[in-house]
Amino acid sequence: MRMKSLERYTDNPEFEYATSGHRACQGCAEILALRLGLKVFGRDSIIAMATGCMEIISTPLPTTSWRLPWIHVAFENAAAVASGIESGIGILMDKGKIARKDINVIAIAGDGGTSDIGLQALSGAMERGHNFTYICVDNEAYMNTGIQRSSSTPFGAMTTTSPPGKKGIGQATQKKNMPKIAAAHNIPYVATACPSYPFDFLAKIKKAKATKGPAYIHVLSVCPTGWRIPSDQAIHYGRLAVRTGIFPLYEVENGRYRITYSPEPLRPVSEYIKGQGRFRHLTEDLIAEIQDHVNHDWQDLKNHSEMK
Amino acid sequence: MSTKKGMEVSIAASVAAKLARVEAIAAYPITPQTHIVEHLAELVANGELEAAYINVESEHSAMSACVGASATGARTFTSTSSQGMELMHEILFIASGMRLPIVMAAVNRALSSPLSIWGDHSDIMAARDTGWVMVFCENGQEVVDSIIMAFKIAEDRRVLLPMMVNLDGFSLSHVIEPIEFPSQEDVDRFLPPYNPLYTLHPDKPVTMGAYAMPELYTEAKYSQEMAIRNSKSVVKEVMDQFSREFGRTYNLVETYNTEKADTIFMALGSINENIKTAIDSLKEEGKELGLVSLRLFRPFPDAELFEVLKNKKKIVVLERVMPGGAMNGPLFNEMASLVVSNGLNVQLENFIFGLGGRDVEPEELMEVYEQVVSSGKLSHADNKNYGVIGVRS
Ligand SMILES: Cc1ncc(C[n+]2csc(CCOP(=O)(O)OP(=O)(O)O)c2C)c(N)n1
Ligand code: SF4
Ligand SMILES: [Mg+2]
Repeated sequence: MRMKSLERYTDNPEFEYATSGHRACQGCAEILALRLGLKVFGRDSIIAMATGCMEIISTPLPTTSWRLPWIHVAFENAAAVASGIESGIGILMDKGKIARKDINVIAIAGDGGTSDIGLQALSGAMERGHNFTYICVDNEAYMNTGIQRSSSTPFGAMTTTSPPGKKGIGQATQKKNMPKIAAAHNIPYVATACPSYPFDFLAKIKKAKATKGPAYIHVLSVCPTGWRIPSDQAIHYGRLAVRTGIFPLYEVENGRYRITYSPEPLRPVSEYIKGQGRFRHLTEDLIAEIQDHVNHDWQDLKNHSEMK
Repeated sequence: MSTKKGMEVSIAASVAAKLARVEAIAAYPITPQTHIVEHLAELVANGELEAAYINVESEHSAMSACVGASATGARTFTSTSSQGMELMHEILFIASGMRLPIVMAAVNRALSSPLSIWGDHSDIMAARDTGWVMVFCENGQEVVDSIIMAFKIAEDRRVLLPMMVNLDGFSLSHVIEPIEFPSQEDVDRFLPPYNPLYTLHPDKPVTMGAYAMPELYTEAKYSQEMAIRNSKSVVKEVMDQFSREFGRTYNLVETYNTEKADTIFMALGSINENIKTAIDSLKEEGKELGLVSLRLFRPFPDAELFEVLKNKKKIVVLERVMPGGAMNGPLFNEMASLVVSNGLNVQLENFIFGLGGRDVEPEELMEVYEQVVSSGKLSHADNKNYGVIGVRS
């Protein structure tokens, strides 16, 4: 992607807020998503980040990869910390202690930090209506601690705590529908996105930035290390996740669902599953089961969405 | 002009926070802290206090939101008790490690199980080494004054640490006492606005909460440890300034009848008022007992304690927490450390009392005194190293 084509989303496309020198694995789409997304948020932003890959790869003392004000407190509380930040700058502006201007407060956490341990803090922050954007970078497991399953790990996937074996098929539960949970809070803006579709992603960040009140963006972030795929395949698998209907791109604006990219006709899920080491053990039966699920969920999403 | 009013201590604590012009409050209700946060909500709702009040969904988020707010440079206050303090335990360490001058009114209460809403020191003793500066209060006036002083201490550039003001649940938090409130002008003069060193702001981006590899972690913790150790002189300085400006004197270590007595009771919090009553009654019988109470608990005022205790014969440490399998209660263990490192020749005794709101009458304290003075090192039932006042086995 040429930086020039980012001009619709940012007036300073060349500027990197997530700088090089970080320690993310080769081909990591999580850091790619943040690198691009932050260009849209721009300099007047404050980040509260949860413990996880993105925190660990970016801030070993005394160095930092962030050219924005950035804070890490713990694993489960990015949304609560962001609540404090938003309230803090708000009252300081009200009292005239800092100049009044729009500052984007952004909370960032992984799928574990969002759909598992951080769900309560996130729910509280959304319910209270803080003016902030929450970005979940979903790589479908606890990667930072060594690829353990989360509630966002897809059915059938092998992780170190959902290993396939004589009695196990890998992850035995279905992926938690976190965007739907966010949308159930009746917040003004919810979206799914994937950096394999950068313009769709950036347009959504732009909307989230402009939203008054909570915005939630769930970003499928391919992790070559945890998914056991070659490091040059992250973009490819992100595309396949969307084209198979496994990870649909949509947004929910004031309760209205809209599919932002239609992948129809859907590619068979086997195209996505084959080639990923984490699904290597799956039988045809299990793949068929996944296909049924995807067909059902896609139909369900279409039923209450507008198409682009 | 100060004003004197009869007021519930909890309400007084929130008035003190208002006098300190707190800017951000994040708290979650738990008995016996509730009246503090309720009254603060009311002050904000009435427009009497201009502050952000964050109605978080848990104490974990309360402390997390306090960290976020304090990191922006807002003067931040919270209050909790018991289970709530346990739930925020993880973030207590982070607040001190990040050097954020949050002030908390810790309304001390027992920990479950069995569940008990009543007062003791189980909560704060589980949090005692979280890196917060900590003071204990004996009455409502001290609570008010300590909250005002706490911001000045915590925000001092030589300190920059969070601070807890401890008050006993119910036996202090819920009693009505005559309290003198300093005027807003006087408080403003004493406590200028918070002037933070670093804040989260786009004009000057900083990274907060980075992680440390083995080659830096020790140094990071060491510098934090030096900060809390050195905070003692700032606490002293602030207490002295407070005495000069408001006429009420505070010391790191408070003493009562210690000159004459060879036997000294040591305790934290509101029990000290009962101990003083016991001391007065004993005096009428011609017996001398002294009291040393720690106003400052963290950092531990070892040198000051040594000064008062160096020539004493018997020291009885009274504490409101079960040792949990340790040889003795936590305060005793620190006193034992003080005795050993200073080579004091003293008989040290340990009593547990007042758990889960159990009252201890001055008469029972007088009995403890009689036991201690009439013998050498005490032995206790079940081969324990400590006695448990009033326990039915
Ligand atoms: C309270 C707590 N429990 C567990 C951990 C250990 N831990 C740190 S990061 C992490 C997993 C992070 O997973 P996720 O949020 O999905 O982010 P990722 O690393 O995959 O980007 C875990 C389990 C912790 N730091 N704190
Ligand atoms: S483990 Fe995955 S998410 Fe984490 S840095 Fe590596 S590629 Fe990125
Ligand atoms: Mg993850």
